[in-house]
This record gives sequence, C-alpha cells and structure tokens, in this order.
Amino acid sequence: MSRVHVTLSVNGEPREMLCEAHQSLLDALRDELGMTGTKEGCATGDCGACSVLADGRLVCSCLMLGVEAEGMDITTIEGIAQGSELHVVQRKFLEAAALQCGICTPGFIVAAKALLDQNPNPDETTIRYWLAGNLCRCTGYDKIVRAVQDAAQELAYEA
Amino acid sequence: MAEAHDYKAIGTRPVRPDGVDKVTGRANFGADLNLPNMLHGKMLRSPHAHARIKRVDVSRALAMDGVYAACSGGDFPTNERTTDLAKNCMARDKALYHGHAVAAVAARTPYIAERALDLIEVEYEPLAPVLDVDAAMADGAVLVDENLRTNGDASKPPSNVAAIVKFERGDVEQGFAEADVVVEVDCRVPTAHQGYIEPHACTATINEEGEATVWCCTQGHFDVRSLTANVLGKSVGEIKVIPSEIGGGFGGKTIIYLEPIAVKLSEMSGRPVKMVMTREEVFRATGPTSATHCRAKVGAKRDGKITAASAWLAYEAGAFAGAPVGPGCMSILAPYDLEHFSIEGHDVLVNKPKVAAYRAPGAPQAMHAMESAIDDLARELGMDPIDLRLKNSADEGTQAPYGPVFPAIGFRKCLEATKAHPNYTKPKAEGTGRGVAAGFWFNIGMQSSAEARLSEDGTVTVVEGNPDIGGSRASMCLMAAETLGVPYETVRTHVGDTESTGFCNVTGGSRTTFATGLAVVQACEDIIAQCKQRAAATWDVDVEQVDWADGQAIPKPGVNVDANPLSLRDIAKNAGRTGGPILGRASVNAQGAGASFSVNFADVKVDRETGKIDVLSFTGIQDAGTAIHPAYVEGQMQGGAVQGLGWALNEEYIYDENGVMENAGFLDYRVPVASDMPMIDTQIIEVPNPSHPYGVRGVGETPIVAPLAATSNAARDALGFRIADLPLSPPRVLEAIDNQADA
Amino acid sequence: MAKVVFPDHLLQQTGGTQETTVEATNFRGVLRALEQLWPGIEETLQKTAVAIDGQIYQDAWLEPVRPDSDIYFMQRIEGG
Ligand code: FES
Ligand code: FES
Repeated sequence: MSRVHVTLSVNGEPREMLCEAHQSLLDALRDELGMTGTKEGCATGDCGACSVLADGRLVCSCLMLGVEAEGMDITTIEGIAQGSELHVVQRKFLEAAALQCGICTPGFIVAAKALLDQNPNPDETTIRYWLAGNLCRCTGYDKIVRAVQDAAQELAYEA
Repeated sequence: MAEAHDYKAIGTRPVRPDGVDKVTGRANFGADLNLPNMLHGKMLRSPHAHARIKRVDVSRALAMDGVYAACSGGDFPTNERTTDLAKNCMARDKALYHGHAVAAVAARTPYIAERALDLIEVEYEPLAPVLDVDAAMADGAVLVDENLRTNGDASKPPSNVAAIVKFERGDVEQGFAEADVVVEVDCRVPTAHQGYIEPHACTATINEEGEATVWCCTQGHFDVRSLTANVLGKSVGEIKVIPSEIGGGFGGKTIIYLEPIAVKLSEMSGRPVKMVMTREEVFRATGPTSATHCRAKVGAKRDGKITAASAWLAYEAGAFAGAPVGPGCMSILAPYDLEHFSIEGHDVLVNKPKVAAYRAPGAPQAMHAMESAIDDLARELGMDPIDLRLKNSADEGTQAPYGPVFPAIGFRKCLEATKAHPNYTKPKAEGTGRGVAAGFWFNIGMQSSAEARLSEDGTVTVVEGNPDIGGSRASMCLMAAETLGVPYETVRTHVGDTESTGFCNVTGGSRTTFATGLAVVQACEDIIAQCKQRAAATWDVDVEQVDWADGQAIPKPGVNVDANPLSLRDIAKNAGRTGGPILGRASVNAQGAGASFSVNFADVKVDRETGKIDVLSFTGIQDAGTAIHPAYVEGQMQGGAVQGLGWALNEEYIYDENGVMENAGFLDYRVPVASDMPMIDTQIIEVPNPSHPYGVRGVGETPIVAPLAATSNAARDALGFRIADLPLSPPRVLEAIDNQADA
Repeated sequence: MAKVVFPDHLLQQTGGTQETTVEATNFRGVLRALEQLWPGIEETLQKTAVAIDGQIYQDAWLEPVRPDSDIYFMQRIEGG
C-alpha cells in the first residue's frame, strides 16, 4: 500500500510521518508518532476523547485524515503543559477531582483550554454547551464544569 | 474506633497520586500498548441474531498477504465443561445474537485484518430469533438453548426461563385484603449499556512454552487470568495479566471477550497480537444490562402503613443464563419493613448479547417499578412521599426481605436529610414536577490482598490488585497514611499485576475501598507491629512496652527508656541493622460489607410541544459510611445519578424485527452530555459500617438505583399522569401527551 | 440447634422443606449436616451466599455458628 509523507508540527515540534491515505489523524498520531495521549472512544466524532487543536481550532482527530494535517500545527494533550508547569486547566481538574477513570480527560482538557483561549470568562451554560461534544460517563460532568469555572476564575485573577 | 472528626488523613481531598499522568496523556490505557512485531486482531461477528453455524472456513483469509493467523470455535476446547462465557467469546455450533463472535484473524495492520474478515466463509442456517421476555416466556416460544430447563429441573420441558426465584413472607393475600388503598404499576425498562468511554482492548503474547502475557483494561486481572485459562484449557499459572489503566467499566469489564482470542492468535502466529473493539462492537457484543418487564403492587392503610407488597419481575439475560434478577428481587423491597410480601423473578434467555454487570446489577429496574408504585400510593393517600417512606422504613433490626436482619443502616437518616434539604423544602417552580425515590445496594466484600513496603527513606509503597477506576489509589493512600500516622504524600499506591501482588477479586460491587482498603489497613498494621519490634530491640525493652502514635514508636507511659521517639523514617533508615527490610502483608476475605441506602429527588420540566424532559435540579443523598475521599464519593454519586438519568430519559437499545440493534453508536444511543445536565447536588450521610476499621460501606453502586424512579415520579408530577415505561424520551412522552389529550 | 432457612428456589432440592434446624459449631458443619439430609445439596449451597445472624457471607466455612443462630441461604451478590 502506498503511504503518504506528511510534514506537520506537533506541539511546536516539526514532525514527519508516513500515513496511509485513509488513516485518521487520530490513528496517525497514536500509531505512527506513538503519541497515545489522545484517546479513541468512538472513531465517529461522537465522544470527543480524540480532541486536538489543529491550527488552534478544536477538532475531533478521528474525523480528520492524517494527510489533511500536512503543514498544520497540531496541539495534543501532550503539549498542554508548559515544561514542568501544568496548565491551569490541568491543575484544576486534579484539584476538583474532575476525573475518575481519566479516559475522557485528555479530550476535555484540550477542549476546555480551547474554550478559555477564546472566552476567558464563560458562564456555566456556555461551558456546558462548549463541552457537549465530549462524553464523560464517570463524573456526571458536575466536577468537570466546576474545574473549568475554577480555571477561568484563576485566569481572571491573574489577568 | 476513632470518631470521624479525629481523622487526620481520612475525609480530606488530596490530589490523587495517578492524577498528573492522567491529565497529561501519559497514563497508559488498554489500547495504548504497542509491542515490536505486533499483529492486529479483528473479530468476525454473526450477521444473524440466531443461526446454526454449519461450517467456518478461514483458509482464504489465511492465504491473504499480511494475514498470519485465523481461528474459530473449533480451535478452542469444547466439552461438557465449556462455560457459557467461553461460548460467548467465540460461538461454537450456534450464533446466539447479532454480533456474536464466530471467527477472528490477525494481520499486519488493522486494515488488512478488516479486509481478511470478508474472506472468511461461514455457512449459517438462520433460525427465528426470540427478542423479548414476553415472547420468550410465551407457550411454544423458539428456544435459545434447547437443553435449558428452568432451575435445572430435568423433569420439566425445555424453556427459555433459566431460573425462577421467589421471596415470600407472611400472607400477601391477607395483607392486600387489609389494605384501604392498593396501587399497581406495570412497566418495561429497556436495555442500556454501561457506556464506558474506553472500548475493550488487549494485547497478548505467548511463548513456545505456553506462557502467556496479557495486557488489558479490566476491572479484575485475576479474573481475566482464570477466565482466560478456562477458555483456553490452560492452567492459571501459565497466564500473567497486566492491567492497564481502565477507562470506565461499571461492571462491563468484569468479564472477558477478547483476551483468549488474542492469546490463541498469538499462539498461531508466534507474534504478539493486539485487539481493540470498535464502539459498534462494544454496543453489539459486550455486556448491556437486562431489559425488564416488572409489575409492582403495594397496598396500605389510610394512615400510610403498608400492609402488603408484591412484585413480578422478568429480566432478559441475553443469550446465556444469568440476568441479575436475583439481586433485583432482593433489593426491590429492601428499604421497607414489611409483614406480608411476595416477589417472583424470572431469568429469561433471548437472542441478544449476554448481559454483564452494570452498577448495582438488577436493582435499578426493579426499584423503578416499586418506587413508582410507592409514589402512586403516596398520591392516593395524599401523603408526602418521604413521610410515607418514613412510616414504613427499614432500620437497624429490620429483617430484610431477603432474610437477614439489618445492622446499623442509614435509610432513615437519608429520608430525614431529604426532608430538611433546601432543595426539597423550596417550593417547586411553576409548571415543573418533583419526584422522589429510594435506592439500595448490598455492597460486597470478598477477597483482597495488599502489601505495604517501607522504603529506606521512610516512604511507603502500597501494592494491591484492584485496577483504579475512579480514584481508589488515593483512598488506599489515605487509609494507609491514617493507619501509619504519616502524611498522605509519603504513601504511594501501586496496582500490581497477577505476579506482583496477591489475589484480589474484581474492582466492582463497591468492594474496593471496603475490602481492599481493609487489607491495606491490615498491611499497614503489620508494618506498625514490625516497627514496634525494631524500636523495642533498639531500646532494649520488651515490645509490649512500645506504643505507636503519630507515625512514631514511643515508649509506653511509665516505661523508663532514655530514648527519643523513633519515627517511621528513623526505623526505615536503620532497618538493615535491625533485621532487614520491613514489609507488611495482609490478605482478607472481607465480610460485613454494609448496605448503602439513598434517597434521590429531581425537579423536571416537560416541554409539551416536543416531549422533551429537562432535569432542572437533582439531589442525591446517600449513606456512604465513612467517606474516605469525599470528592470521589461525591463523584460516584454524581456519575451514577447521571447514568441513571440517561437511562430514564434517553438510553435504550433499539432493535429491528430481526434482532439487529439499530443504534449501535453514541450518536443514536444517546448518553447524557454536559449540556443536558444540571449540577448534581450531593449530601453524604455517614453512618459508619461497624465491620470496617474506618467505617467504609462502599458507594459506587447505589447512586444509579434511584434516579430511574425519581425521574419517572417527577415526570408524573409534572404531567399529571404516569408514563410507566422507560425511557421518557421525547417521542414516548409526546405520544403519551397526545393519547392523554384524546382520552 | 441453629435455624436454617432456604429461599424458595432451593426448595426443589430440599423436597419442599423451607426451614430446618441443625447442630453445628461452624458453617462447614452446617453444610455437612445438610448434605446428610439432602445428598448433593452441598454443591449448590457452595455457590450460594449465606447470612448468619444478619451478616452476609459469600464464603463462610469457618464462621462460628451458635445454637441460636439464624442461617439464611441467599443468592450471591455480584456488582458493577
Ligand atoms: S474518538 Fe473521535 S470523537 Fe470519539
Ligand atoms: S472520567 Fe471516566 S469517562 Fe470521564
């Protein structure tokens, strides 16, 4: 099978990968680049476990082809912390016990960061609708929503 | 036992020890392992809900470039000891549901494996499927298993009813005759899936000596070991199981599907084999819970005293016996103190996937029926539903409907807390409805092992064998820190594989914090005993003269030693000089898991144009025993509540007339999303369990039990009439509103 | 003598007897005594849970039984 050579940036680092033409970005990240932090829950765009940022836009990496990422800037869960410094959303998820099993967590954190990047002061309804593409079966969302609220509050305080 | 407020570690909310790896993507889940030279396995599944398998031929698939192994039922030992689970992992002579595994291949890539499946030839003789309990129990029904007889009674003709269970007390006829008011509810609850976000996944490798290693996401790797050994006809000692992190289970990952197949394919190919299910496979072939048909009847005096109750339950087991109808029967009346009752349950085979445990297995459906009836009774009597329950509530000393007498339980406290709760005392908003229901789960103990290893700098590593599905490492660390009298941060908990820790039963049944917690506490007490000996030897006194307090050995009052206290750290540092490393161990078969009761209530609003029900607020009140890490206790309550709300409002398997599930994906099997739900308010009632050193009861199951009836009762309140069946999805609600308008 | 009560679905094996009394000092002894009465029942009872004086056990061979103990056999509970 012929494979396609893809050049992209992942978490700020230039990377190259060989993708099969039909391979999703999710599979390419996980299987070709060995970056398994991004999870698969459905592969049909319904659960958000595979959320990444593509040129800053929140996407389901299972719905994008690896070859479509050519020349793009991809941010995955592995790139959310800065060096040894957790992102405020990550910290608040830990403090608020916003994860139980943790399989949905990478997707939620990427999605929540994307929200706060463009709207640092969302209300509860906005948070709930923004995160409606991410399924969590463990928490009932209460502590996730509160963690995002806490993160927003801390960002507002710092600003 | 110390009072709750004396605890230093227990009851605090520290960050979990595995947390950072889980928020940064480092944690490895089931599908995250890749081995050199690894192949990818895929399963061929039956396109029929019921069919005889005449022939399976994998030769064309095997001949395909990149395919290294293929297997089917004939490659697994089949004899009279072959278990249902083995036949569920790979069909033998019959495919019993749409999606039943009939063959598998391993290939260089998942894509090649997928295409190779098309080359496997299977000759089926399709049979008529039987698709629900009513059809399965009817005279002349098609038989799912021609050899099955009710309760194993060889004198009876074959039947789809695997078992009938009964619980009776007093004279139920007389009890109903004494009643002033009698109400009855007849309702169906559909099949729901646990809906864990992580699909089943495993990687297996086996060497030439037949020693297999399996990595997988499971709620119990010791069970994976024994079940896999059973399916393959191997000894337990030949299999090592290493649990990955687990992305949710809720009971659905207490059994096996892929593991023996992956081992077999590895044996055939000589290479490691990874198998990962798709979401569609998860829906079609893994453990949903039983769809049920239940009737509940209850009668009472004008003053609210219940004189009799009866229930008839029929649970779909799927293709093999084993619906959780027993626990359904045992829980349905557990909250009440009754003189006369009768309960009869049926375990019924149908051509659908074999049911697996789902959070408080069997209780939500049964209690949905009875708690709906109790609600109707309160209406008939003009009583507050909490007052009605208080009048009849079980308490310490009540004989449970399933036999034993309750020790201290927290049901009355939950009811009283509800009455006082601001969400309950506050009047409901115009046009909304409020519903109340009770919940119950037994909780279980069973076997657990733990080690506590004292490192040379005084830090402690706890090793136990229960996969951490929701923060249990943190709870173990808290209990260890409390017992040893050291800071939480100095204890780490590690989940060991089948070779590096002693046997533990599954993470399930709300047993981990209780039973494995007990083992951890005892292992830490073992460390303390040894530390006291080391201190005694150091001070040259008798061990009886040494106390342990605040993480250090101290001489007992009055003992005349000229010595400073020895901290855990001091003792650890000198362990080599005083006898060698210090290792605490414990193994238990924990008894006395305390029952956990709850009361839930919901405020809902019904959109009469669309039939959509919005949950405006939801409150869960539950007796958790002592809450070790309250944030994770609340999390269990909130998560279970939302699963229950999903089941009540939307979730259901929709089948066509051929037994094919029509909504096998998250788009159409709609679990609640963040924008569907309000905040879930919780109140933890702490009635300590006398059988646990810190009073733990276990919390994980009970939260899913009451939301079904609470939602149904709230909808009843809002609509002015009851819709007995679930889910209360917009089409059903709209239809009911229209019918009501016509009537 | 300790009181032993069977759930209805086990009555087939006890020939309809719901309640009996046995002489034993621990649960293993109870099982032996019942096996004497109804050969073959022990195997079934091993797969059953039991409540001894209100406390539920899944496996209880060595649990002590007093002369006035109440012993209820019941379905095993599993969990999610
Ligand atoms: S895996 Fe991409 S949305 Fe579910
Ligand atoms: S924490 Fe398990 S799915 Fe969200």
